[in-house]
Amino acid sequence: MHIPDGFLDAKTAVASAVLSAAGVGVALRQARKTLPARRVPLLGLAAAFVFAAQMLNFPVAGGTSGHLIGATLVAVLLGPSAAAIALAAVLVVQCFLFNDGGLTALGANIFNMAIVATLVGYGVYRLVRRFVPGQRGLILAAAFASWCSTVVAAISCAGQLAISGTMPWSVSFPAMVGVHMLIGIGEGLITALVILAIARLRADLLGDAALSVAAPVTTFVGLGLVAALGLALFVSPFACKWPDGLEKVAATLGFEYHAIEKPLLAAPIPDYTLPGIHSAVVATALAGVIGTVVAFALAFVLVRVLIPRPTSESH
Amino acid sequence: MHHDFLDRFGRLDSPVHRLPAALKLALALIFVFVTVALPLSAWEWFIGLLATLVAVAALSRIPWLFLLKRLLFLEPFVLGVAVLMLIQPNGGRVFATIFVRSTLCLLTMVLLSNTTPFAAILQVLRYVRVPALFVTTLALMYRYLFVLVDEAERMHRARASRTFAPKTFGNYAHRIHLWQMLGTVIGQLFVRSTERAERIYAAMLARGWR
Repeated sequence: MHIPDGFLDAKTAVASAVLSAAGVGVALRQARKTLPARRVPLLGLAAAFVFAAQMLNFPVAGGTSGHLIGATLVAVLLGPSAAAIALAAVLVVQCFLFNDGGLTALGANIFNMAIVATLVGYGVYRLVRRFVPGQRGLILAAAFASWCSTVVAAISCAGQLAISGTMPWSVSFPAMVGVHMLIGIGEGLITALVILAIARLRADLLGDAALSVAAPVTTFVGLGLVAALGLALFVSPFACKWPDGLEKVAATLGFEYHAIEKPLLAAPIPDYTLPGIHSAVVATALAGVIGTVVAFALAFVLVRVLIPRPTSESH
Repeated sequence: MHHDFLDRFGRLDSPVHRLPAALKLALALIFVFVTVALPLSAWEWFIGLLATLVAVAALSRIPWLFLLKRLLFLEPFVLGVAVLMLIQPNGGRVFATIFVRSTLCLLTMVLLSNTTPFAAILQVLRYVRVPALFVTTLALMYRYLFVLVDEAERMHRARASRTFAPKTFGNYAHRIHLWQMLGTVIGQLFVRSTERAERIYAAMLARGWR
C-alpha cells in the first residue's frame, strides 16, 4: 500500500501531508502529556518491532507470501497515539532509508497507514471488546479490527489515487479494496495469533496498564477528526454525489493550477456520470456489507478454533 | 544482518558526501517535486534531470552496479500499481508518465540515502523543529531496527530447527503450523522489545538523559 512518487498530484499530496502532520501532531501532543518517561524508548522499539515483524513472511495461497502490517496490533498493545507515532516513524524510515514509498507521497502513506489504519483498528477493537468480554472477545476484536483497518486504509489509498487523476475510481476502488479484503484476512489471523501468544507469554502487557499509555478519549477524538476529514476529502466525492471537497479546498488555497494539467495525464471516468450508477452504488455497498459480515464470521470461527470452550469458561 | 547494509555508502568520501545534509535534503525535495509536477511533454526537462542525477551519481563514487540493483529491486513496487493504469483509456501515456517520474524520484532518493547518513538527516529534522519526541523515536528505531530484525531471524531459525512439521510444502497442516509458529515468534519479539525498551530507559537514565 506504499504509494511511490509520481502517483499523486500536488493538491492530494499537500492535503494529505497537512492532514498527516496534524494527526501525528495530535498523537505526539497526547503522548507528551500522558506517556510516562520510562515509556519513551518503547515508542522507538515498537517502531523497530513493526519493521522487524514486517520482514517475516508467511505463506499465502498459490506460492505467494504476505507479511504483517501491524497498525492494529500496535494500537491494541500500546494505544492509538503511540501506535500512530510508531507507524509514522516506520514510514519515514522506509521512505528515507529503504526508498519504499515516495517522498511526495509520504504524507499520504502516513495518513493511510499510521492514522486511518491505527484509528480504525483501535476503534473497532474497543467496540467489539465492549460487547464480547474475556479472551474470546480479545481474539475476536483483534482479528476483526485488523481486517477493518486494512480495508479502510486501502479505501483511503484508492481515493487518493482516484482524486489525483492517476487512476479512475472505478479501477482503483475494486482493485485496492478487493485485494486488501483478502490481505485483511491474513492480517486478522496473524494479529490474533500474535495477541494470543502475548497473552500466554506476558498477559500483563495486554492489561489496562498497556492501554493507559494513551488517553483514549481525547486522542480518539483528535485523531478521529483528522481521519474523518481526510476520508471526507479523498473518498466521499466518489462514494456519493457530494461536492468535491478537495477541489474546493484547492481552489480556495489557490493551487488549482494543477487541475488544468489533469486532462493531459488521464481521462478519469467519474463513475457518477455513468448511467445506472444508482444500482452500482447499491451493489458496492452490498458487497461491502457482505464482505464485512464474512470477515466477522471468519473471526468468530477463528475464536472457536483457537480457544477451546472449557478454557474460555474458566476465564 | 549488517547494520549498514542499505546505507553503507553513506560514509564514503566524495564531493557529494561532503555537502551539508540540509542542502542535500532540500535539493532532493526540490528535485522530487519538480519531477512530479512536470508534464510528460517537457521531455527535455526529464533528460536534463536524469543527466544531473547521473552526474551526481558519478561524483558520489557509489558503485554503478549497486545503484542499478537498488533501482531494479524497487521498480516492481512502482510497476505493480502502474500496470493497473494500462486498462484505462489513454493508459499507455499515463503509464509512461508514471514510470518516468517515479524512476527519476527513486534514483534521487536512492542517491540521497546513500550519500547522507541517517543520523545527519535526523539532525536536519531536529533543526527544522520536528518535535523532539518524534526525532528520538526515529533515532531509537534506526538504532534497534537491525538488532530486532536479527533477533527475529534467530528466533525463527531456532524455532524451525527444533520443531517437527509435516514436510510437504503446501500441506494444510504444515501451513497452519507455520502461521502459529510465526504468531509466537512475533509475539515473543514484542515481549522482548518491551523488555529491551525498559533496559534502554535504565541505560538512558544512567547516562543522564533529561
